Amino acid sequence: MNLQEIIQKNQLTILTTSKDLTTIQASSAYCSDLLSCVMAGAGHQGVWITLQCHTNIVAVAALLDLAAIIITEGAQPEPETIEKANSEGITLLSTPEKSFDICGKIWELGLRG
Amino acid sequence: MNQSDKKGIAITDEIADNISKVEELAYELKINQVMTSNILIIEPETSMETVSELFRAKRISGAPVVKDGKLVGVLSIEDLIRCLREYDLKSPVSKYMSQNVISVNEFDPVIEALKTFVHSNIGRLPVLDIENKLVGIITKGDVTRGLLKKLTNEYQQEEIRVYRASHLFEDIISTRTSLVLRYNIKPRDFVHGGAASSYIKRALMRLGASPQIARRCGIAIYEAEINLIIHSKNGGIIRVEIEPHQITMEAIDDGPGIKDIELAMKPGFSTASEQVREMGFGAGMGLVNISRCVDQIKLESTLEKGTRLKMKLFLKDQDSFGEISPQ
Repeated sequence: MNLQEIIQKNQLTILTTSKDLTTIQASSAYCSDLLSCVMAGAGHQGVWITLQCHTNIVAVAALLDLAAIIITEGAQPEPETIEKANSEGITLLSTPEKSFDICGKIWELGLRG
Repeated sequence: MNQSDKKGIAITDEIADNISKVEELAYELKINQVMTSNILIIEPETSMETVSELFRAKRISGAPVVKDGKLVGVLSIEDLIRCLREYDLKSPVSKYMSQNVISVNEFDPVIEALKTFVHSNIGRLPVLDIENKLVGIITKGDVTRGLLKKLTNEYQQEEIRVYRASHLFEDIISTRTSLVLRYNIKPRDFVHGGAASSYIKRALMRLGASPQIARRCGIAIYEAEINLIIHSKNGGIIRVEIEPHQITMEAIDDGPGIKDIELAMKPGFSTASEQVREMGFGAGMGLVNISRCVDQIKLESTLEKGTRLKMKLFLKDQDSFGEISPQ
């Protein structure tokens, strides 16, 4: 499933600079706010759903080669975080929904953990 | 590219050598990276006379015809000649333009434009964005220029970097060659947390490590790095020694030291502060993650004195960095 599809069907806001999101394939999804758990559990090219929005989430995503981070409950990352995500090629997405709800919707789309 | 796609492109011996690299680039480069976006557009109502003036003044041989932001046709020099032959310069562009326009998408790889050039025998293609709005024009000249630029720029630089780095162990002959990387980590510097690990991961990739090995090292170093940031009194040092058949990683600090190492290794155990936990650190999974990623882990600590975490990855033959031993 490509990122564009996930973004469109869930009305996610794209925080990073625009690029062709139809070419980015998401292979799985993972949800946690504990960084070490993400390190252990998130899959290569996965989508990570979290409430965290500080700069370090980009480092985690880059090390794991994640496709995107979905920041929930409308939490707003600092401009530095967005800038870092741009330079690391990580797509940052935002939704006003709660983590549980957005996970459910992404599950409905067919993505699995 | 399959055989039929190569038809029409003259391939000399010289470019045949580089063909795979150029082909790769044609897939990698997007059309919007090579197209001309500052273009002259004409309207269907414009008279052919005005167009002939424009073409002459700007020395161009064709232009897209746009109405209300939408591409409705293309007018080429051939169309203009046709009009001239009929002494019909007062007519509007709409009478002579070709309406069945073949276009390409700005995010398509350049190879799509190349294929279209070959199949359709058209020299210029309008480029549309996702909303079908005209954003540029691409010609064979644009592709050649774009490919050459890309070849000489970043691609070649990175190639050289990777080449030099990956041959390091082959070119230098010694009884035991190793490369040591050191990073200073500041205490409580969460903003730069993960910087050392991403540098190390990139270095390993440049040295020719497999993505799995680079990822395992990246995760192990990240956890060690974050531990130094969270717990160390004065920060610490990350030291990575890369040898052809093994990678040794160390995280060293001078305090406060770990009270109970066995307890510290337990999943879920953490002494991180509430504030640190709120940021998602201190899950008590750091050392557990490290053990999972490396082949050997050794944790030594003395209270008040400091902690030394040593991690090792042994590389199997297919993963090892190239090496020539002295005779």
